[in-house]
Amino acid sequence: MNNKTRTPLFHVSKRGLLPWYKTWGIRAVALLLALVSCGVITSLVTGQNPFQVYAAIFNGSFGSPRKIWVLLQNIAMLLCVSLAVTPAFRMRCWNLGAEGQALIGGLAAAACMILLADKMPNWAVIACMCLASIAAGAIWAGIPAFFKARWNTNETLFTLMMNYVATQLVAYYCVVWESPKGSGTIGVINPNTEIGWFPQIGSYKYLLNILIVAAVCLAMYIYLNYSKHGYEITVVGESERTARYVGIKVDRVIIRTMLLSGAVCGLTGLLLVGSTNHTLTTTIVDGRGFTAVMVSWLAKFNPIWMILTSFLIVFLGRGSGEIATKFGLNRSFGDILTGLILFFIIGSEFFINYQIHFRKPGGKEG
Amino acid sequence: MFDFISFIPRAVVQGIPLLLGSTGETLTEKSGNLNLGIPGIMYVGAISGVIGSFFYEQSPNFRPLPAILIPLGCCLLGSLLMGLLYCFLTVTLRANQNVTGLALTTFGVGFGNFFGGSLIKLSGSSLPSVILSATSNAFRTTLPAAEKAGVFGKLVLSYGFLAYIAVIIALAAAYVLNHTRVGLHLRAVGENPNTADAAGINVSKYKYVATCTGSMIAGLGGLYYVMDYASGVWTNDAFGDRGWLAIALVIFTVWRPNVGVLASFLFGGLYILHMYIPSGMNLAVKELYKMLPYVVTIIVLVLSSLRNKRENQPPASLGLAYFREER
Repeated sequence: MNNKTRTPLFHVSKRGLLPWYKTWGIRAVALLLALVSCGVITSLVTGQNPFQVYAAIFNGSFGSPRKIWVLLQNIAMLLCVSLAVTPAFRMRCWNLGAEGQALIGGLAAAACMILLADKMPNWAVIACMCLASIAAGAIWAGIPAFFKARWNTNETLFTLMMNYVATQLVAYYCVVWESPKGSGTIGVINPNTEIGWFPQIGSYKYLLNILIVAAVCLAMYIYLNYSKHGYEITVVGESERTARYVGIKVDRVIIRTMLLSGAVCGLTGLLLVGSTNHTLTTTIVDGRGFTAVMVSWLAKFNPIWMILTSFLIVFLGRGSGEIATKFGLNRSFGDILTGLILFFIIGSEFFINYQIHFRKPGGKEG
Repeated sequence: MFDFISFIPRAVVQGIPLLLGSTGETLTEKSGNLNLGIPGIMYVGAISGVIGSFFYEQSPNFRPLPAILIPLGCCLLGSLLMGLLYCFLTVTLRANQNVTGLALTTFGVGFGNFFGGSLIKLSGSSLPSVILSATSNAFRTTLPAAEKAGVFGKLVLSYGFLAYIAVIIALAAAYVLNHTRVGLHLRAVGENPNTADAAGINVSKYKYVATCTGSMIAGLGGLYYVMDYASGVWTNDAFGDRGWLAIALVIFTVWRPNVGVLASFLFGGLYILHMYIPSGMNLAVKELYKMLPYVVTIIVLVLSSLRNKRENQPPASLGLAYFREER
């Protein structure tokens, strides 16, 4: 055939909306492929049989009741940060500053615990902590939001930079409040009086966190899907011009949503300091602010699906940590596996959103 | 008295990795790709070079020229592969750039620390680091005139060859971006891929080439850090947050690699300023000084959006995937 017009081997077009079972089917296939390749790589590196590797991954999360609690706690914390960034993301406002917002929330909580310990009863300290850290997180997100709304400053880069300002601020206070002197770390705050420690429910250390985050999750779902604010966020995200045309005050929505986003991040910091660790370090958020971006995106910004995706990330993280310790590898092996799995899932989104049409063999394309 | 003669060279060697990272990221961003994987890519570039030279140093006949070329090649290859992965996901598969970049950083940092840890184990050293002094000496070879030329020699001639290459790359990148047809096309792709496509520019090709070249340049930054700045000593996590600082530098220079040359030295200076400020016993204040590069970047970001000059803005389609059939 000597066609003048060459048809390419394939062309790509946008797909309509797929039913939910197909989209999750595609993601499941991607996950399966990812797990297979992780297993193969781990076996190559360690010389173990891949099924032992999978057993180790499973064992890392479900090996003992303690591990299950740690798993749930980590899911709750990751979910909380992910919920925080979601309203901003729905508005196509890339808040990459969750790390810093949570950290500054934690700093505020720790400040209350340290400075108010002798001056107030326990319940008042806890109330101050709640207010202070939520406000601190909101302010930390509000600064970039204000500039974004007013002068259209790039929020991705601004929030990213705010992370490191927050980290150094915490590093500063870690030295100022160090105990014992010269250690450069704060250590457990109020170890004897337990002032500012959140109450424990029964003998379950992490239950309170999990319940709070579950409530936040539900509230966020309702807020985003069934409230006027949530609707405004969606409209601004889809098209700012449309939003302006129908009379939504876009800058107000941006600032309000970012404040909310920061406030929930602050809450995460509060839970980490007040309820889980009772101390403050620069690494207390542990990269969750960045992982949350992926969690939220994988769940298509849907708070309920986020429970699943944050479970997935935490499960894999803990599993690969277990592999690392069990087979004498270094801890960073977990990061490699997590990265690999993410690549597969990120790549699979293509097959959900787009369709490939191959050239029909032996003829012109119709 | 503030000791400028010893401060400036140290600020410069701190600045060179940032300069390479930011030049790479500027090229990438000019094509409309916001590659947040740069920190990971710099790790991969560094560790690839370390792996290459680690095995070469064990060979019996060690000569300086291959000792430079092997790590250099490994580093370029490693960072090229990372760039290709990023491009495949974001350009071909049109995945979200922020998510892909962050995943790339997770992967790259993990990759660096994992293989770094493995090499440490292999070398059987009691210290938690890999030491490649022979290779590092090759990288740090300076002109013989450097020591004779007094203050001038110390300030200008005392660096390894990669530092000069970094400056040349930055100036070349600035020239290509602003004075050649290729640069014009690249900027068009970053500003408005639809228009560029209509004008017959191959958008995917430009994005691929710019991002991969950018990754390789950034990878060199990692290599410079290990081989020259750190004297060939790889320690896990020693590279720290320099990758993010490189991204900050891109904003600080308002997407101009030639400005980056001096700006990176300034950032390098700000990064180590806390060691030179007499703060007495007050260690806490030093932590505040480390905040400076980021605060300065934020101020520049805000000011450039306040002034709203068109040539100081980020590329208009930064962070957006391009799909021809979507209008």
